[in-house]
Amino acid sequence: MNVLHYIASFFADAAHWHGYDGIPARLAEHVRYSLLALALATAVALPLGLLTGHYGRGGNVLALVATAGRALPSFGLLVLMFILLGFGLVPVMVPLVVLALPPVLVTTYEAMRSVDPSPVDAARGMGMGEARVLFQVELPVALPLILSGVRSAAIQIVSTATIAAYVSFGGLGRYIVDGLYQLDYEKVVGGAALVAALALVTLGVFWAAGRFAVSPGVRHAGRRT
Amino acid sequence: MIRIDTVTKRYPDGTVAVDRLSLDIPDRSITVLVGPSGCGKTTTLRMINRMVEPTEGTILLDGADIRDQPVTALRRSMGYVIQNAGLFQHRTVVDNIATVPRLLGWSKQKARARAAELMERVGLDASLAKRYPYQLSGGQQQRVGVARALAADPPVLLMDEPFSAVDPVVRKGLQDELLRLQEELGKTIVFVTHDIDEAVTLGTMVAVLRTGGRLAQYAPPAELLSAPADAFVEDFLGTDRGFRRLSFFGSATLRLRTAPVVTADATAEQIAAGAAEAPYVLVTDADGTPLGWAEPRDLTAGRIDPARLLPHGRPFVHGTGSLRAALDCAVLSPTGWAVAVDEAGRAVGVVSQQAIGEAIRAAHGTHRAEAAEEAGVTG
Ligand SMILES: Nc1ncnc2c1ncn2[C@@H]1O[C@H](COP(=O)(O)OP(=O)(O)OP(=O)(O)O)[C@@H](O)[C@H]1O
Ligand SMILES: [Mg+2]
Repeated sequence: MNVLHYIASFFADAAHWHGYDGIPARLAEHVRYSLLALALATAVALPLGLLTGHYGRGGNVLALVATAGRALPSFGLLVLMFILLGFGLVPVMVPLVVLALPPVLVTTYEAMRSVDPSPVDAARGMGMGEARVLFQVELPVALPLILSGVRSAAIQIVSTATIAAYVSFGGLGRYIVDGLYQLDYEKVVGGAALVAALALVTLGVFWAAGRFAVSPGVRHAGRRT
Repeated sequence: MIRIDTVTKRYPDGTVAVDRLSLDIPDRSITVLVGPSGCGKTTTLRMINRMVEPTEGTILLDGADIRDQPVTALRRSMGYVIQNAGLFQHRTVVDNIATVPRLLGWSKQKARARAAELMERVGLDASLAKRYPYQLSGGQQQRVGVARALAADPPVLLMDEPFSAVDPVVRKGLQDELLRLQEELGKTIVFVTHDIDEAVTLGTMVAVLRTGGRLAQYAPPAELLSAPADAFVEDFLGTDRGFRRLSFFGSATLRLRTAPVVTADATAEQIAAGAAEAPYVLVTDADGTPLGWAEPRDLTAGRIDPARLLPHGRPFVHGTGSLRAALDCAVLSPTGWAVAVDEAGRAVGVVSQQAIGEAIRAAHGTHRAEAAEEAGVTG
């Protein structure tokens, strides 16, 4: 039996398409956890990264925090949170948010720092206030890099959100955890395939967001400088 | 008028970039700050729009301290052009130019209409309006930078080495364009450059700064060239200062010889009359357009052979051309004589290097007399 066969029979099984343990339900749960974690992480890291990057201060502290964040094992954190807080959404969100903070924070900071200083100087010289400089001059140019940071955070969240299943939560991790427990490899491989597919869709969404939100002047500028 | 009054700038690290500088910058003219790298030109310019705050001293704009108004209002009343244009790469050309009008609260439509008008003013084709900066040449980007600075019609324009990143031909074009624009608009322009030629070409007044941020000399370009204040200024002006100075003397005083200008079908007597005054005669067509030089002893059967003419070289325009242009023509001419033409390009006479030399000496004499007189009046 090979992997493709497992996948085929997993998706062919009509039982996998209905009810609370069906693919649509699990997928929806997984997407919900991921979006919530990404939103929380971005809500914290993006403003912090934008401000530190804009003012060029706190870069060192930021790098330290990010390294520390990366060093924390998600699974260990999950277990710790579970012990401290018991069942609930919070113990699941904490490791995911901690996972997503460093890439968003660091790339946003770096993106803002790498903006060409001369348009920024010109903008100030023309009488733009700091908020306008940040949002109308720096952000549009830094956007592709910032999006790439958010994207890698999103991908990591999507694949790591499977650990929710260890603390009896839903999501696609259910198939993997339950499958391993029941020695049902069809389920394990099917769940893993779904996670991979979701990660690809995430990539696609970010690609589309980039096309939509990044000015053509910035998107193509790299090709000729 | 912008009055810089004993201004000193000491950066936090202790560098004194500008040292007790005082300058009165006249309205509606181009004042150039020039000097070697690191002498404090940029610092001085940026103190005018408060991008840098002076450590000591004050800057007055029409009599009022520039710190009396909100800094953004001050900056919006002063156009600012920097070396690499500093365009916003995420905005199209029109939207770049419309920046300050938009900041001032104009409607998008009105701001864009104004931007389109300015594109024409600075010589940018309307077809470039929807382009992004990466789709423009360096010279075009710089024009957009100038248009953007002019968009809200500010009375003051601050320019920091705006043309130094483009090649000499484009730079010449941009300089001519700026002079033409200034003729139309009459802005108070402060222009920073490290290129003395650019300073002399553009400046109504030129301030030479020396390292350490001190003023070495503040004078109109002609005076700078004729009477450098000290060895530093003289050195900075370079070895061809004397030649450059000739740009400021008109060629109207040159006594042209008209007899040696003959048409291709000239009679032997006409040619002889010309040959009496010059070693060569200048041959023109019936309209007076120069064709070339003919050597009188090299005639074919007493007539001019149009096939055997020497090239006439580049002529200068009598009157509006400078003595520098006249001398340049004479030096480059195969005969050593310069060809003078009128505005329409018709030959009006010829002049020898020697005659130009006499005119130069006379011009220097007049200039010195005037300077002495002026000194006598004011002193
Ligand atoms: N932010 C700063 N902090 C410390 N020193 C500075 C700063 N900006 C400029 N300086 C110093 O002040 C001096 C004058 O600098 P400024 O930029 O005004 O020179 P400049 O005449 O414009 O030179 P250039 O022709 O190279 O542009 C230099 O010695 C420079 O190193
Ligand atoms: Mg400078």
